[in-house]
Amino acid sequence: MGVETKLGNMGIVTTTLEEAVNWARTRAMWPLLFGLACCAIEMMATAASHYDLARFGMELMRPSPRQADLMIVAGRVTRKMAPVLRRLYDQMAEPKWVIAMGDCASCGGVFNNYAVLQGVDEVVPVDVYVAGCPPRPEQLIHGILTLHAKVMASHPLRQQG
Amino acid sequence: METTYLELVVRDLRERFGVTEEVFRDEVSLYVKPEQIVEVCQVLRDEYNFDFLADLTAVDYWPQQAPRFHVVYQLYSYLHNVSLRLRVPVDGEEPEVPTVEGVYPNANWYEREVWDMFGIHFEGHSDLRRILMPFDWVGHPLRKDYPLGYEEPQFTFNFHDIERKKPRPRE
Repeated sequence: MGVETKLGNMGIVTTTLEEAVNWARTRAMWPLLFGLACCAIEMMATAASHYDLARFGMELMRPSPRQADLMIVAGRVTRKMAPVLRRLYDQMAEPKWVIAMGDCASCGGVFNNYAVLQGVDEVVPVDVYVAGCPPRPEQLIHGILTLHAKVMASHPLRQQG
Repeated sequence: METTYLELVVRDLRERFGVTEEVFRDEVSLYVKPEQIVEVCQVLRDEYNFDFLADLTAVDYWPQQAPRFHVVYQLYSYLHNVSLRLRVPVDGEEPEVPTVEGVYPNANWYEREVWDMFGIHFEGHSDLRRILMPFDWVGHPLRKDYPLGYEEPQFTFNFHDIERKKPRPRE
């Protein structure tokens, strides 16, 4: 009943180890359950049935940073929240990625004041920025797919530096 | 015309403390000297049933007015359904007002907030710490001379300038 009835007995599939590792990483990239402002509503909509993040193996939002691979910073980060966010990031196990969702997380958005961080990239390294105020679920999914493409193009087994 | 309860209160306070009155859209504000505020609150609570301190906040009128700060006490009497506002003008870089915590215990957090945001010191307060900002914060952000933001908006003409100064995290 599976794919083998259509394709016959494939026996062996060859690939590179790096590609297999990247494939495994992108196909079950669990996001951290972490919402800060209105962008979190769009993030929830993205995970819900209409947009269905489960298509990309991401239906599980993990409340524990130990089990999360991807931090979606959904909303404005205040200077008081910044140490908390950094701590959550530090608690996530390697490999880990960060998406700055929305204008506030990317560059401070309309909140140019003493209380709000002018972009979450001041405290954690960001892989993908998603513009929008808030971005629609399609935009967030596009950002996630961009991140997937980035991970697929990376070489995790090569020596760094 | 019949004298209202509020007029009675104001008249008595004017005679006893020499407070000045200001009425705006039927809302009565009394200007009280800082050294009198505890006694005025005590009288209002015990003699006139203003049993609820609904709000305690401050306003910074710098640079239009001197004294620049007004500490504002919003009192309410459940018994008479009457509101009364007290304003205490104070000036200087480190203004001081006696705490009304002894009269209205809920002033504790309000005064901590006013200290945090405006840097107005409340003499005799039992626990005057910051309440909203991080404890290591420098300055009092709701003062009018406090800088609004810490980063200029980034446009094409100053993009590289701001990019150079932007703080970056360690991996």
